[in-house]
Amino acid sequence: MTSLPKSTDRKLGLVIDLDICVGCHACVVSCKEWNTGAYGAPLSDQQPYGDEPVGSWLNRVHTFEVKPENAPARIVHFPKSCLHCEEAPCVIVCPTGASFKRSDDGIVLVNESACIGCGLCAWACPYGAREMDGAEKVMKKCTLCVDRIYNDNIPEEDRVPSCVRTCPAKARHFGDLGDPDSDVSQLVSERGGYDLMPEQGTKPVNKYLPPRPKQEDLDEPVNLASLAEPKATGFLGWLDDALTRIG
Amino acid sequence: MHPAASVIFFTVFSGAGFGLLILMGLATTSKATPTTAFLVVHFGLAFTMAVGGLISSTYHLGHPARAWRALSQWRSSWLSREGVFAILTLMIASLYAFMWVFYDKPIGPLGWISSIFGLLTVYATGMIYAQIKAVQVWSRWLTPVCYLLFSLAGGALLFIMLHAVFFGTAGSFLSSVAMIFMLVAWVAKLFWWFWAGRMVPVSTPGSATGLGSIGETRLFESPHTGSNYLMKEMGYQIARKHATKLRWIALLLGGVLPIALILLALPAPFDAFWLILAVISHLVGMLVERWLFFAEAKHAVMNFYQ
Repeated sequence: MTSLPKSTDRKLGLVIDLDICVGCHACVVSCKEWNTGAYGAPLSDQQPYGDEPVGSWLNRVHTFEVKPENAPARIVHFPKSCLHCEEAPCVIVCPTGASFKRSDDGIVLVNESACIGCGLCAWACPYGAREMDGAEKVMKKCTLCVDRIYNDNIPEEDRVPSCVRTCPAKARHFGDLGDPDSDVSQLVSERGGYDLMPEQGTKPVNKYLPPRPKQEDLDEPVNLASLAEPKATGFLGWLDDALTRIG
Repeated sequence: MHPAASVIFFTVFSGAGFGLLILMGLATTSKATPTTAFLVVHFGLAFTMAVGGLISSTYHLGHPARAWRALSQWRSSWLSREGVFAILTLMIASLYAFMWVFYDKPIGPLGWISSIFGLLTVYATGMIYAQIKAVQVWSRWLTPVCYLLFSLAGGALLFIMLHAVFFGTAGSFLSSVAMIFMLVAWVAKLFWWFWAGRMVPVSTPGSATGLGSIGETRLFESPHTGSNYLMKEMGYQIARKHATKLRWIALLLGGVLPIALILLALPAPFDAFWLILAVISHLVGMLVERWLFFAEAKHAVMNFYQ
């Protein structure tokens, strides 16, 4: 049934810290590695070694340049995957019932054996979280590693999404965003976590933590190169000063 | 958005086919007593176009064999509703046509019901696009209105063309009706284009990343060097630079020329020839219009790629 649940018992999701992400793409690779052998069809690549390689990935890291008005531009690495929206537009458009949102934990999943590959859910998603697999012709998306988080056969510390487990900078956090006392909810309220494209009315569960402001007492960028110049002392220092004065 | 040929063909031909069925549903009120051949050709053309379009639409599916599953989610999905309405329309219209052709019993109320379901089918087609908020230019009430009006205009044109083929003339009343439908449909479409040009994007790279409050945001490095499904499906850009010319071509072939040919056909002795030309011109114009509908539409996800 592709009607959305009125509410979910828990809201499992990710919190991504844009201040910490270094853009190493480890989460991207580890996501592909886990999910190509896990739930559903493999994540195929077309022409992986050809002229125009293309393939299905459930998590991608974009890199943005942000230019404040009176400060130097800064680079922000921006991992993007399914946000497991409360008002998931991808779910309600599905004509077959293959797309659904679970009422117990809020995870949005695709039942691949019922997917006709019409692509309408990918059109409905403003975030680009869904990709049609080029080989299997069914819609692939982030499962929040549903086959890890409840998996009793793996060590307890591994029962988090693959991207969270692998992040070397600890920029990704997993938890119940419906519980105001959870670590992730605390993090969101402390750091001012926000929704992507709130104007689309999708109510994403995943939150992003903004980059912390840069030091504000720096009026202009420090000339780092000058710090590296050798400082002459003694006779050479006197000569340097004298010549500078003449010149 | 990527303009899939099968979907363009489907929306244009099924649209006109259902338009013809809608008008046939009302045809029992006409005083004319049609011959069996007339009815067979009318219903035959309508069913061929409607069903042919529906079949072509399954060609863009990854798994056409599972298409029957698409009838199950009519409570929430407009795509599912379209399928359900289309099948109901075809079933009711078949019964209506069968009674009329084989037993010479045109059952008026049955025709009206088939017309209502035909309208619902075309409305559902328009709503598939209108419900997608991520494509701002589609997400308007005017989108299903344009689909409905074009369906009726195409249906009316087919209707008078077949009239002229069988009776030598379409008559001034039916010709006027067809011209009015055509005119209203294109006026609606011109408004659709006009407002599309004045739209301010709701989503921007700043709102997509949430970084807009810090400063101007632009993509510095894309997530990969190659392309991906999203860029191919949502980032279609080819021929946007020709959009204005193509709009003129769509308007001239799809609306202006057909109206001119209907006017030309009115006093002429060879109505049918001009009206067949009008139908061909209209359908070609509509294919261009529908191609633009997809190719010009911008998707919110592209904010992450610019």
